[in-house]
Amino acid sequence: MKIVVPVKRVVDYNIKPRVKADGSGVETTGVKMSMNPFDEIAVEEAVRLKEKGVASEVVVVSIGVQQAQDTLRTAMAMGADRAILVLSEESPEPLAVAKVLKAIHEKEQPGLFILGKQAIDDDMNATGQMLAGLLGWGQGTFAGKIEVADGRVLVTREIDGGTEEVSLALPAVVTADLRLNEPRYASLPNIMKARKKPMETLNAEDLGVDMARRLTVVSVAEPEQRKAGVKVGSVAELVEKLRNEAKVI
Amino acid sequence: MTALVLLDHEEGRIRKSALSAVTAASQFGDVHVLVAGDATVAQAASAISGVSKVLHAADAQYAHELAEPLAALIVSLAGGYDQIVAAAGAVGKNVLPRAAALLDVQPIPEVVRIVDAETFVRPIYAGNALATVKSSDAKKVLTVRGSAFDAAPAEGGSAPVETVAPAANPNVSEFVAVHLSESERPELESARVVVSGGRGLQSEEKFHILEPLADKLGAAIGASRAAVDSGFVPNEFQVGQTGKIVAPELYLAFGISGAIQHLAGMKDSRVIVAVNKDPEAPIFQVADYGIEGDLFEIVPALTAALA
Repeated sequence: MKIVVPVKRVVDYNIKPRVKADGSGVETTGVKMSMNPFDEIAVEEAVRLKEKGVASEVVVVSIGVQQAQDTLRTAMAMGADRAILVLSEESPEPLAVAKVLKAIHEKEQPGLFILGKQAIDDDMNATGQMLAGLLGWGQGTFAGKIEVADGRVLVTREIDGGTEEVSLALPAVVTADLRLNEPRYASLPNIMKARKKPMETLNAEDLGVDMARRLTVVSVAEPEQRKAGVKVGSVAELVEKLRNEAKVI
Repeated sequence: MTALVLLDHEEGRIRKSALSAVTAASQFGDVHVLVAGDATVAQAASAISGVSKVLHAADAQYAHELAEPLAALIVSLAGGYDQIVAAAGAVGKNVLPRAAALLDVQPIPEVVRIVDAETFVRPIYAGNALATVKSSDAKKVLTVRGSAFDAAPAEGGSAPVETVAPAANPNVSEFVAVHLSESERPELESARVVVSGGRGLQSEEKFHILEPLADKLGAAIGASRAAVDSGFVPNEFQVGQTGKIVAPELYLAFGISGAIQHLAGMKDSRVIVAVNKDPEAPIFQVADYGIEGDLFEIVPALTAALA
């Protein structure tokens, strides 16, 4: 079984995002970019399934600007076998990404797509669900655990009040939550090896996908900042303030 | 204009965030709600103030709110609606994007403000920025944050309940089991007070120190990602960018340093109290009241002081 894992290049997890002065978006030039952390978890899961003999090949795909090839190389250093870069504008919308991935499906015929549950830049949490919808496949979103057996995948999902298990017919789409696994660090020899792994470059237009945005950004603003309050010296003082000043207890 | 709200529920109760979604949807015009499964929930939904019709999906395939049949059902009903709305909880986030893809619509997740019928405000980058976006899709599909809209009153309405015909089931998924945390405490997302613990709690055993305090305050218990990753509490306790978004009247953070991903989940609380040994902990920058000190002394003292 072939597994396809889409990966997104985003502003690094540890960088505090800064809104551009003209309010048109968040600054990405000159900012450290990395693989979306949830996508790292997805890559790790696919590589583990290959190591267990469940998967035969792991293909990573990124849809975005030329520099996304660095993200694909990182995924290959973690153990993915080859990569496809689909060139488009930066950070396309989930609907367009899902359509590109559907076109990739027609080309690659994978038995499983594993995606990160959301990208930490636009926080959409939609692409996996949309891809599953377009393909008519089952979806195991917010996965905390997956087991593949007998032509099905059993997914333990993280839901509001606990967990839920669903069984999906393969092929299927799974989206990775935080605790699915702990992704490995790519070793230096594996980083070197990844440079020689194959990477194919395509254009979104060549796949016949309309990438036009449905959501136009009117403006991006900083949220109202909370001001630091006061430090109190004792529990008695805290209780007094909560009772008489904040009137919250 | 008429909006359709997918009203999610758990153990026979309508989620409070679903009532907030009704309030949000009423800004567009008339509101119909869709209840999958449980007939008692459909009855309860007819009493929600501001709802003019309840659609009940009674067929067995909808009993567990599985995304595949439920999205297909929403698509079959969508023709009569201008907006499809749900709370941004586990059900809405699972089902609505799938339905949107089938309708060829780009969904608008986690809306915190509806500017007009085309324009919406939503947080991006873990709430470090607020994007105002305009949708060109003819039909809008959106999830809304429960903490950003007041809950619609659960009483006062008397909407008719209509059973809807099932749509073709894609038959690609089966419900196996659900494991819910047993708790007498209020739901984390809608509690008036939240008592939350982080890495500073040190262990699963020591985390229990928060319980008597939560009991006194009638509070829900939350946790930072560090506490969940360390195995002190299960994942459904997590507050933050990828966990629950809460905005209680009072949020008490014990032994939580205040990573931006955690702040994203609680910074809209009305009053924030932070207790931490580290005077430089970023949580103090958003706290209204802070105490520098050992939480293992402060928590019992605070519990006693509230007697």
